[in-house]
Amino acid sequence: MTALLTIIVLVFILVAIWQMVKIFDLAQAKNENTQVATDKDNTMNAYLMMGFLAFIYIITIVCFVKWGDLPLMSNSASEHGPTIDNLMIISMVIIFITQTITQFLLHYFAYKYKGEKGKKALFFADNNKLEAIWTIIPVIVLAGLIIYGLNTWINIMGVDESDDPLVVELYAQQFNWKARYGGADNTLGKANVRLIDIDRANILGLDESDPNAQDDVITTELHLPVGKPVLFKMRSQDVLHSAYMPHFRAQMNCVPGMITQFGFTPTVTTVAMRETPQMQEKIKRINNIRVENSKPLLAKGEDPLESYEFDYLLLCNKICGKSHYNMQMKIVVETQEEYDAWIKEQKEFKNSLVN
Amino acid sequence: MSAHADTHDHDDDHGHHHKETFVTKYIFSQDHKMIAKQYLITGTIMGVIGVLMSMMFRMQIAWPEEPNVLFEALLGKWAPDGVMDADIYLALVTIHGTIMVFFVLTAGLSGTFSNLLIPLQIGARDMASGFLNMVSYWLFFLSSIIMVISLFVEAGPAAAGWTIYPPLSALPMAQGGSGMGMTLWLVSMAIFIASSLLGSLNYIVTVINLRTKGMSMTRLPLTIWAFFVTAVIGVVSFPVLLSAALLLIMDRSFGTSFFLSDIFIQGEVLHYQGGSPVLFEHLFWFLGHPEVYIVILPAMGLVSEIMASNSRKPIFGYRAMIASILAIAFLSTIVWGHHMFISGMNPFLGSVFTFTTLLIAIPSAVKAFNWITTLWKGNLQMNPAMLFSIGFVSTFITGGLTGIILGDSALDINVHDTYFVVAHFHLVMGISALYGMFAGIYHWYPKMFGRMLNKNLGYIHFWITAVCAYGVFFPMHFIGMAGLPRRYYTNSNFPLFDDLANVNVIITIFALIGGVVQIVYLYNFFSSIFFGKKAVQNPWKSTTLEWTAPVEHMHGNWPGDIPHVHRWAYDYSKPGHDVDFVPQNIPLKDGEEELQH
Repeated sequence: MTALLTIIVLVFILVAIWQMVKIFDLAQAKNENTQVATDKDNTMNAYLMMGFLAFIYIITIVCFVKWGDLPLMSNSASEHGPTIDNLMIISMVIIFITQTITQFLLHYFAYKYKGEKGKKALFFADNNKLEAIWTIIPVIVLAGLIIYGLNTWINIMGVDESDDPLVVELYAQQFNWKARYGGADNTLGKANVRLIDIDRANILGLDESDPNAQDDVITTELHLPVGKPVLFKMRSQDVLHSAYMPHFRAQMNCVPGMITQFGFTPTVTTVAMRETPQMQEKIKRINNIRVENSKPLLAKGEDPLESYEFDYLLLCNKICGKSHYNMQMKIVVETQEEYDAWIKEQKEFKNSLVN
Repeated sequence: MSAHADTHDHDDDHGHHHKETFVTKYIFSQDHKMIAKQYLITGTIMGVIGVLMSMMFRMQIAWPEEPNVLFEALLGKWAPDGVMDADIYLALVTIHGTIMVFFVLTAGLSGTFSNLLIPLQIGARDMASGFLNMVSYWLFFLSSIIMVISLFVEAGPAAAGWTIYPPLSALPMAQGGSGMGMTLWLVSMAIFIASSLLGSLNYIVTVINLRTKGMSMTRLPLTIWAFFVTAVIGVVSFPVLLSAALLLIMDRSFGTSFFLSDIFIQGEVLHYQGGSPVLFEHLFWFLGHPEVYIVILPAMGLVSEIMASNSRKPIFGYRAMIASILAIAFLSTIVWGHHMFISGMNPFLGSVFTFTTLLIAIPSAVKAFNWITTLWKGNLQMNPAMLFSIGFVSTFITGGLTGIILGDSALDINVHDTYFVVAHFHLVMGISALYGMFAGIYHWYPKMFGRMLNKNLGYIHFWITAVCAYGVFFPMHFIGMAGLPRRYYTNSNFPLFDDLANVNVIITIFALIGGVVQIVYLYNFFSSIFFGKKAVQNPWKSTTLEWTAPVEHMHGNWPGDIPHVHRWAYDYSKPGHDVDFVPQNIPLKDGEEELQH
């Protein structure tokens, strides 16, 4: 209903503008109007250019003040997170400076050099020195960014197998996630979707004859011990999916027919993250919104929205079909003891089969 | 080959009097000016469809799953009780992307202005092959019709995103839209590519062979340089998309496994083995990335020309502008991997693509600075075309700058496929190219229709559009940085994103206003064809050759000889002349030096 009302209001506003233009045009009908800008048009639009510059600055400031407390810029929960965030902030500062200066020059020149009858423009076609300057400055800045960026990238993507990471398989299917742990031997058993046997509850297609597969553990929640490197092996059984774990600055596509990987070390437990002042504030803000949104539900006699508690999430971030928007898995980062206790409760693969 | 395509040996038989019927003049015309208008009007109609779609899915994002009479009216069975279906949401997103990128900003922009301006600005009587030109348009028309028909398919139109990554696009059981809808999508695109290739070859041949006497490559207006290089990129990269489409058709219909392997879906294992979806991504983006330059380069050319003319100043750094067009064109073909940093591609390759991608910022920066310098100490005539050109530079900078984040593989990990990307590419190539197109339409409308557009409506159109464009896409960066993935039907399953809902409402309101205000433009465009003020021959006092041709269109463009060219295209406010522009066909005065540009 809101949408409809908005549209109707918009249409009326437009009709009003339209009528005003008509009147304006009719009033001018006597004058010779070749539809080419006059000095009056130049002046009006020159001022509007300055107004627009102000608009760009204001919208920038408003966005940064209102939403610039980027929930993902300062609360990374993985070891490599801060390096990405630093690079992001450096890039943002460079962008911000360049944007402010160039937009100023563009709009200010548009204002300052507005056309006047009889004025002649400066015949200024070329200047090698100037052009050299604005070729070289970007070269230097970009060289710095490229070197920094590539260093960061290589550090993140280079998985060091020697520090004995916890190997976890992320298994994607329309429209849910599964996690598979290697069990006591920390080795994932062989698997292929061709071996899936729904009747026997072998849902991930593990090779039942592979000794490594016997103690594998398949779960619908992802639990990770804090401070321990994790190496994810990604598989998909049907279409492309993307395992996106924004708080850990981690993402990798899951590709049918191929195993992809991504590794990181979680550094903040779920409990600790919930207790940070930033997160507390965010949770409070969200819960206020949810209370507000529950009011119409309650009025209709329906259940109110559940209150929100923060959890790390794994989201699907590659279009994968109808329910793409609801393909998620909870991630719990906990202490090693809590993790050990949790994993012990899970069923091993060999015990989960139906005979 | 058309009899009018004679060139340097300008024959004197200018009485090209054919018996023209309605059909040969308005429908199966071989005249480049008429074909340009056909491209423009078809592109406009497709644009209206594309924009309407975006307004619908923006309403769904802002007010998720709320009944809306508009949905009920337009979507029919896809909006039971007025609530948009999740499948049709994805279809709208997909077709919006396809239509805007290919049908509006490739065919509508490049098709219109390459056709209109290449012969007129280089001094040719028509394209090298008027017949191929006609075929090119009609193939485009056919592909548009098929694309529109695909919207009405029983199981729904293609809905796998405009990038149509398999297996989602290959398997009807993965998504309703991947059945007949996707088949029509692929057929439509294959025909579109054929159309685009015929057009591009024609442009290249025409620019190389049919320039009038004196029109050396370094005297060409930048528009022509842009169209020429765009056509070259098109010829290099479009065939690769065609092959990808054909291989996908094979996988879909003939059981091959180019892109598919090891798939278990709906309780059964499919036979596919050994293919890789990553291969498709490579093939797709080998076109897909150059495609954004196919879209933006013509806009850059138009803007350069309009800025110079309306600033009454030569374009600053003509040679640097050409060099940067060439540099961008070359680099554009070796950066496609930046769409695939996290596709499972070897991370080392990711490093290489980061390097080449960030290099593109250099020629882009040179262009931006040269445009700004062109304004400096000018005598700016604020015609609507000029406003859109300045707007173009503004959005190109704003959108382009965030490219250094997305092109950086390490940063891309976290913003890949979020709204940050959507904001970036809409500003830098969507809105910018659209501005370039509007600028071109306002500037060359008198050439196309012999009448003027209403400038006051033009001002209203520009200023409201400009505010809305920023209103939509600037805040969008922030929800992207907050981790909101794109292509989500609703975010209500993620309480984590609840505090971003109001941003989405603001964005949608701006999008609706921006969409509706285009009615002002459409009204202006269509009513001025009949009721606009009659145009004079050279309303903007420009130097290029098209303004030496008579207002009334004629086959062969010029009565009598084709003008000869004696100078470059940018002699605005040249010292030593009484007027502030010297057309290219005016010989140098005694002792006047041509710039060593």
